[in-house]
Amino acid sequence: MPLIDKATFDELKQMSGADFINELIDAFLDDAPNMIQNIQTALDTKDVESFRRNAHSLKSNANTFGATELGVLAKELEFMAKENNLDIGNRLEVLKDALDKVAEELEGMRA
Amino acid sequence: MKSAHEPGHLLVVDDNKVNRILLSRGLEQQGHQIDTAENGKQALEKLRADSFDLVLLDIEMPEMNGYQVLETCLQDPELRDIPIIMTSSLDEIDSVVKCVELGAEDYLNKPVNPILLRARVNASLEKKRLRDEQRKLFRTFATKEVADELLRSGFSLGGEYVNASVMFADIRSFTTIGEKQEPADTIELLNNYFALMFDAIVNNHGMVNQLEGDGFMAIFGAPIYYEGHREHAVRAALEMIEMLKVFNIEQAAQNKVQIKIGIGIASGRVIAGYTGTQHRATYTCVGDTVNIAARIEKHTKETQRPILIDQYTKERLPKDIEVEALGPVLFQGKQRPIYIFAVKG
Repeated sequence: MPLIDKATFDELKQMSGADFINELIDAFLDDAPNMIQNIQTALDTKDVESFRRNAHSLKSNANTFGATELGVLAKELEFMAKENNLDIGNRLEVLKDALDKVAEELEGMRA
Repeated sequence: MKSAHEPGHLLVVDDNKVNRILLSRGLEQQGHQIDTAENGKQALEKLRADSFDLVLLDIEMPEMNGYQVLETCLQDPELRDIPIIMTSSLDEIDSVVKCVELGAEDYLNKPVNPILLRARVNASLEKKRLRDEQRKLFRTFATKEVADELLRSGFSLGGEYVNASVMFADIRSFTTIGEKQEPADTIELLNNYFALMFDAIVNNHGMVNQLEGDGFMAIFGAPIYYEGHREHAVRAALEMIEMLKVFNIEQAAQNKVQIKIGIGIASGRVIAGYTGTQHRATYTCVGDTVNIAARIEKHTKETQRPILIDQYTKERLPKDIEVEALGPVLFQGKQRPIYIFAVKG
């Protein structure tokens, strides 16, 4: 699975215009670590609803940029929370790694 | 259609920064003015503080989610006419269906396709524009409640029997005190006169539904039924006479003509519904009660009393409205006499 699906990213760039793809990347790179942090906090406090919502947000953003694998990982966590299951093993670490790689790649894709 | 491209004032509600930027930049590029809110609570605050043409509403949000915002808006008479487009990811289709059933205008999947975004936003804005125009038109002739009721029933209302009071009013005579009037003065006089009379009617829960020359017809108790429709009609008539006094004083001060009017009111069963064609329709009432009200109004010429009512209107009036019995009158073509009462102003 590619880190970032080129077709999806190009479509986003075309839709938003070159100027504003940078603004979008900034917003995502600002927000995504907070989402991961919120998921961690929700896990510690057993707040299933907050866990699910943050995983949902991360999934939504990942899909917007064509970060397919990150999207799938976030969706899996969202789904587990929906089933009231926070027994996620090392999935959060895997998610963090995936986000780091996506972030690095996005940095290089700025207009 | 030209108006489909007119810009609107839109509120984008999403807790997710990327989505907010994406939607608001996309819509700004299409010429719209955009405000954003990060959660439901903030969205409602903004909606109550400013006027918006359309809301794009995310379902998944902290504080107050999209459902709660949608439900709150639909229950609030001030907000329920603002169309709401739900924005959601593909796997939330069940939630979207629920929102559309609740009363959301439409939905968009995220990530949003710019062509769909443009099409759905413009379609919703256009629909709202038409509804606003219709409402403005209704409000000239009727109260907000009646206008809302007419919009809700969407002209589909079939004919029905209703108990109502019907009023006819006509200018009885022009008393010229100045020079002969210019045509423009006559039209201005009529417009000023109608504005005052319609105010009196709408203030008393009535609806003006026919206008002919210097006369008009108004209905009380339909399309929304009011127990006190007789009293409403008579109080409207009294207010009309009071307003006319003020109007005549102003006219006299400008050396312009003064007018007298006659008002006839009858109450009872009428057939009410929309008549006309799809392009030009009006809510109207027909039947014997309407006929009698018109005859009573003409009868004011003979009695020299400005407000005349029939016995069915008189029966339920509160005590503070004084009436004087003028006895039975047999109108031409009618089998039974009508008992006429003059309302003391």
